[in-house]
Amino acid sequence: MNQANLSTPVANPRRGSLQRTLLTVALILLACLAPTVLYPTFLMKGLCFALFAMAFNLLIGYVGLLSFGHAAFFGAAAYIVGHALKVWGLPVELALVIATLSSAFLGTIVGWLAIRRQGIYFAMITLALSQVVYFVALQAPQTGGEDGLQAIPRGYLFGLFDLSDSMVLYYVVLAIFLACFFMMQRIVSSPFGEVLRAIRDNEPRAVSLGYQVDHYKLLAFTLSAGLSGLAGALKAIVFQIASLSDVHWHASGEVVLMTLLGGIGTAMGPVVGAFTYAALQNYLAPFGSWVFIIQGVVFVLCVLVFRDGIVGLLGRIRNRIGFN
Amino acid sequence: MSDYILETQGLGKAFGGFMAVKDVALKVRPNTVHALIGPNGAGKTTVFNLLTKFMPPTSGHIYFKGKEITQMTPVQVARLGLVRSFQISAVFSGLTVFENLRVALARPLGLSFKFWRSLDSLKSTDARANELIEAVGLTEFRDTRAADLAYGRKRALELATTLALDPELVLLDEPMAGLGQEDIAGISKLIQALKADRTVIMVEHNLSVVADLSDTITVLQRGEILAEGDYASVSSDKRVIEAYLGGDYE
Ligand SMILES: Nc1ncnc2c1ncn2[C@@H]1O[C@H](COP(=O)(O)OP(=O)(O)O)[C@@H](O)[C@H]1O
Ligand SMILES: [Mg+2]
Repeated sequence: MNQANLSTPVANPRRGSLQRTLLTVALILLACLAPTVLYPTFLMKGLCFALFAMAFNLLIGYVGLLSFGHAAFFGAAAYIVGHALKVWGLPVELALVIATLSSAFLGTIVGWLAIRRQGIYFAMITLALSQVVYFVALQAPQTGGEDGLQAIPRGYLFGLFDLSDSMVLYYVVLAIFLACFFMMQRIVSSPFGEVLRAIRDNEPRAVSLGYQVDHYKLLAFTLSAGLSGLAGALKAIVFQIASLSDVHWHASGEVVLMTLLGGIGTAMGPVVGAFTYAALQNYLAPFGSWVFIIQGVVFVLCVLVFRDGIVGLLGRIRNRIGFN
Repeated sequence: MSDYILETQGLGKAFGGFMAVKDVALKVRPNTVHALIGPNGAGKTTVFNLLTKFMPPTSGHIYFKGKEITQMTPVQVARLGLVRSFQISAVFSGLTVFENLRVALARPLGLSFKFWRSLDSLKSTDARANELIEAVGLTEFRDTRAADLAYGRKRALELATTLALDPELVLLDEPMAGLGQEDIAGISKLIQALKADRTVIMVEHNLSVVADLSDTITVLQRGEILAEGDYASVSSDKRVIEAYLGGDYE
């Protein structure tokens, strides 16, 4: 459906979709082979970030809502999955479901309070409410305070697959990620997704067509929060830790950055942005606190040089080559 | 039941201490084009906002088809069949012409929360969408993004989207603003055709359009009704001439 964003009509839509299918298959193969070259942990971090950014992109890219509190959903689910595995000893698939649903539920509450507001007010309310979650995480006895929840057991998926093996875990994370990726593609190209884009483009007009826009925004917010939660829960299982940094507003800022970096409102943007960001973090680690400054500069450059993100830039390059 | 599809009594709107609309009693007969004219700032758009509930009135009552709608929400009145367009052309710019219409047609199907369904589930609206696109002469732009349309075509798209809801009462806020002569003729014809099974209330500055299309004209000035009647009587009204020549009309 992003074809609609090209101002030139696509001559043969069937050829376009064949190309897209081939590209998708190639990317999935690449993802399957990637751990033979790159560290599985790095790849899993990228996938968790990508899922998080994808969930965030549903709001910013398709509803036009800038949430500055998404760390609350990411981090809360990390704690919940950690608690469910470590204290309750639940099976990992059940722990993931509980964590995801809890974040979705938290998202419904936060969303309900925030969606009546627009623009910067919306961002501020989501930030304020996520700070409440941060405060709870800091104070509650179950979260381990400054230490967080450490040594979270990974367990066995369906009692069969030993997740303490990083390669096994990688393929599980990849499978979940892909399932979410395709689900997201379906959401944005569903009747619901079309209404979301309409609301993003012109909210009063959507109202005048009889759409109860708040209900659509709330459902989008809930879906986004739930998927952010799944991302946070997976990250907690991968790193076997849930900590304050997951609920900190820095994490809310990071997901904004990743999504903008990759390109908002596109399918691949959040994925590209998340991996670029994860790579930057890794390779810049030796620079210590300079990381923040370098990230800041990269970010400013991105916004100035290619506003539609890396994916937008690639698209323009492809178009130019295609036309010559 | 009254003879009017829309009726207001003592309608008023204050912004702070400033009365933008004062004691307006509108009476709109069904299957007519009713024009609302007046100098800039007279309160025409505000009246539209009140009628469609985009703003709550400070005082007064609004009746649509004999039923009081004063306390309703914008969504409720839209679903009752009172649909507005906007002074600044309102289209979904990131959507194609076809998608704009599909959004308007899809709502009554009750599928629009189904985020797991594909857009194919809206296929039943395709024929009607194409029909409306053709009616406003946009067939060759069916798959063009609304943002890439020329202004006149955006206006046409907006009109088609409004009609997609099959409203009984259509409120058009300056449908001709910013249009060239050719587009004006086209849109005029469309509005004229609407009268067959709908009612139109139209804010319009282009007086020749008003003269051609309207059955009744209400002249607003500083939030109050100054005169009302058909074109001949209104245009010969001394106070109206004064208001228009008095300098605050641009
Ligand atoms: N939301 C608002 N807040 C304050 N004043 C407003 C608002 N909307 C309109 N007005 C004022 O009400 C008056 C009537 O405006 P409007 O209805 O837009 O006039 P028209 O459409 O006839 O040109 C103007 O003086 C305008 O400044
Ligand atoms: Mg106006």
